Amino acid sequence: MATADVARQVDENCRTVPLTGHVGFDSLPDQLVNKSVSQGFCFNILCVGETGVGKSTLMDTLFNTKLEGETTTHYLPGVQLRSNTYDLQESNVGLKLTVVSTVGFGDQINKEDSYKPIVEFIDAQFEAYLQEELKIRRVLHSYHDSRIHVCLYFIAPTGHSLKSLDLVTMKKLDSKVNIIPIIAKSDAIAKSELTKFKIKITSELVSNGVQIYQFPTDDESVAELNGTMNGHLPFAVVGSTEELKIGNKMVKARQYPWGTVQVENEAHCDFVKLREMLIRINMEDLREQTHSRHYELYRRCKLEEMGFQDTDPDNKPFSLQETYEAKRNEFLGELQRKEEEMRQMFVQRVKEKEAELKEAEKELHEKFDRLKKIHQEEKKKLEDKKKTLDEEMNAFKQRKSAAELSQGQQAGSSQTLKRDKEKKNNPWLCTE
Amino acid sequence: MSKGFAENRTDVTMSELVAEPRPKPAVPMKPLGISSNLLGYIGIDTIIEQMRKKTMKTGFDFNIMVVGQSGLGKSTLINTLFKSQVSRKSASWNREEKIPKTVEIKAIGHVIEEGGVKMKLTVIDTPGFGDQINNENCWEPIEKYINEQYEKFLKEEVNIARKKRIPDTRVHCCLYFISPTGHSLRPLDLEFMKHLSKVVNIVPIIAKADTMTLEEKMEFKQRVRKELEVNGIEFYPQKEFDEDLEDKTENDKIRQESMPFAVVGSDKEYQVNGKRVLGRKTPWGIIEVENLTHCEFALLRDFVIRTHLQDLKEVTHNIHYETYRARRLNDNGGLPPGEGVLPPAPASPCPATIAE
Repeated sequence: MATADVARQVDENCRTVPLTGHVGFDSLPDQLVNKSVSQGFCFNILCVGETGVGKSTLMDTLFNTKLEGETTTHYLPGVQLRSNTYDLQESNVGLKLTVVSTVGFGDQINKEDSYKPIVEFIDAQFEAYLQEELKIRRVLHSYHDSRIHVCLYFIAPTGHSLKSLDLVTMKKLDSKVNIIPIIAKSDAIAKSELTKFKIKITSELVSNGVQIYQFPTDDESVAELNGTMNGHLPFAVVGSTEELKIGNKMVKARQYPWGTVQVENEAHCDFVKLREMLIRINMEDLREQTHSRHYELYRRCKLEEMGFQDTDPDNKPFSLQETYEAKRNEFLGELQRKEEEMRQMFVQRVKEKEAELKEAEKELHEKFDRLKKIHQEEKKKLEDKKKTLDEEMNAFKQRKSAAELSQGQQAGSSQTLKRDKEKKNNPWLCTE
Repeated sequence: MSKGFAENRTDVTMSELVAEPRPKPAVPMKPLGISSNLLGYIGIDTIIEQMRKKTMKTGFDFNIMVVGQSGLGKSTLINTLFKSQVSRKSASWNREEKIPKTVEIKAIGHVIEEGGVKMKLTVIDTPGFGDQINNENCWEPIEKYINEQYEKFLKEEVNIARKKRIPDTRVHCCLYFISPTGHSLRPLDLEFMKHLSKVVNIVPIIAKADTMTLEEKMEFKQRVRKELEVNGIEFYPQKEFDEDLEDKTENDKIRQESMPFAVVGSDKEYQVNGKRVLGRKTPWGIIEVENLTHCEFALLRDFVIRTHLQDLKEVTHNIHYETYRARRLNDNGGLPPGEGVLPPAPASPCPATIAE
């Protein structure tokens, strides 16, 4: 029987071999891309900002459609997240876009816990992906990826500096998601104030150690562009879905008595820059960063929390298995203990109940006995009474008969007397 | 900007005789620039370009295994396929080379580049397969090797701190060389393919096809196809993994008409009609390797490299690897892998349990 004799000769520094003709694998990127197109892409944006800061409008402007529904009130008791998914199509590329917005952010009086629902939401998406990845039978290649790829943080246009809520929230989010801060409704700020505002914001972010997303500068074709854009952060944007006629074109704009702010005019606002960076140049990089950096970090923390460790390469599989075994045994032991406990409790309860029932039974018996006694006593009493009554009746009868007798005699004699008398008196009354 | 698929190449390729099945680019490239502000244009389709750039930067891996008895022309064919000396030839009358006593697995990696696309190609040779007197279970070392690669990948995937790009050494394609007897498949062929069609993509090839006439070729191919079907062997492209109607019709055509490809390999060039072609020189003529009327090498090349390379990798990753992983985790009681590799699964008809 042939036995294995594996001799691997892969040298790590493989030599580069020159080709003597056209092989054809330069179509490989096209093959890959075609497959991805047929599967479709998905992109998930999280918009964090106070109510009324213009999140929905900006999304509508970015994606050229009316995305969301109604506006929200300011009176919500807590921060919630509202998520909507849309299917967009452009030339034959289909994109599954999910827009998640915070609802009620910054409205409460006590904002200490405002960031929590957001962090929980992001973690929940990572968790769902992790669960799918850990499944035994999984379908990762057709899994709808719901992890948040980018978080647009809307800064209110105060013109001064960041609010403490902003700093706290961004600090909590920067290790979990790619953050791109933007200044919303920036037509409220004059140009000169805007530059000062931007500088203040960036310096505050740096001094607080908030890591915002940097556009990648390693690919030569876009390095320069990305580099300059990095300097323009945070983008000051204006959103509008209304179209006005300027010159002979219809453009998206906001009309004021003193002039019109054109959304797509670079001199007016940074909307075009945002769109370029977000969609046209770095969308894939955002997705990749989310998967390779943020998700891996989450996964690592989660697995370590569950008790797994990687040690050095030769111990690795071993310790993982050991940990698993240990955990399993621990779990089984726990189960057994709980079972015992429950059984004990059950037995105890049964005993108690039994005792109770016995008590009740005894009581019933006693009651019964008592009642019986009472009953008997009463009966006796009654009988006594009856006897007395009988005796009395007898006595009475006797007396009655005696009385009658004596009365009769008397009556006889008196009657005789009476008759005699009457006879005497009544010579003609002859009763004899 | 690299125009990746430039139509004007200066080197003469013999594939002019074959309509080059270049996959159509999904979307024509749009010039990048802030000024492309067509009304209503969002720019979602630029993700194609972004993705293409990223993949070109990271490069590709491809691992191809050749299995067949010695002397069937495996190394020559690989060299012809990839137009370079990627495989060392064993039959060069080297007195020190002996036929190995057991099946060895030799994997050699090369980096080749074309049109800006870098590919790390690993050719896995299996000298000694089917060469002994008693060839029982000679597929086992091969199956073990394939499972070992899956195991390696799984271990890396299960790590807590994972590498950004897990090195992929899994076998994406296995070319199985069928001896051109003209009759039918040998028992060894059937056994091998039965065992391995469930763990790896097998592309059967009829080697040294210049020993058969056209009619003999057609008949042989039909018989081989029939035998494979009767034995329930699913070679690549597997019917059950066709994704949509387009794939199905295309793959049906390949499955029912062209496969298994009858090929001839050569790395020597001769002058034919004023052009230099790869071929074999015989007293009765020159067999042109890339001439479709002579042999089907061009079809094989286009199939494996130009149209289905990515698909081979994907089927390996999404289906074969997932099957292995599921089996491994199940056998371990839901735990991640410990020591050792799973024993090969018993031969049974195609993995109907995979379809989800």
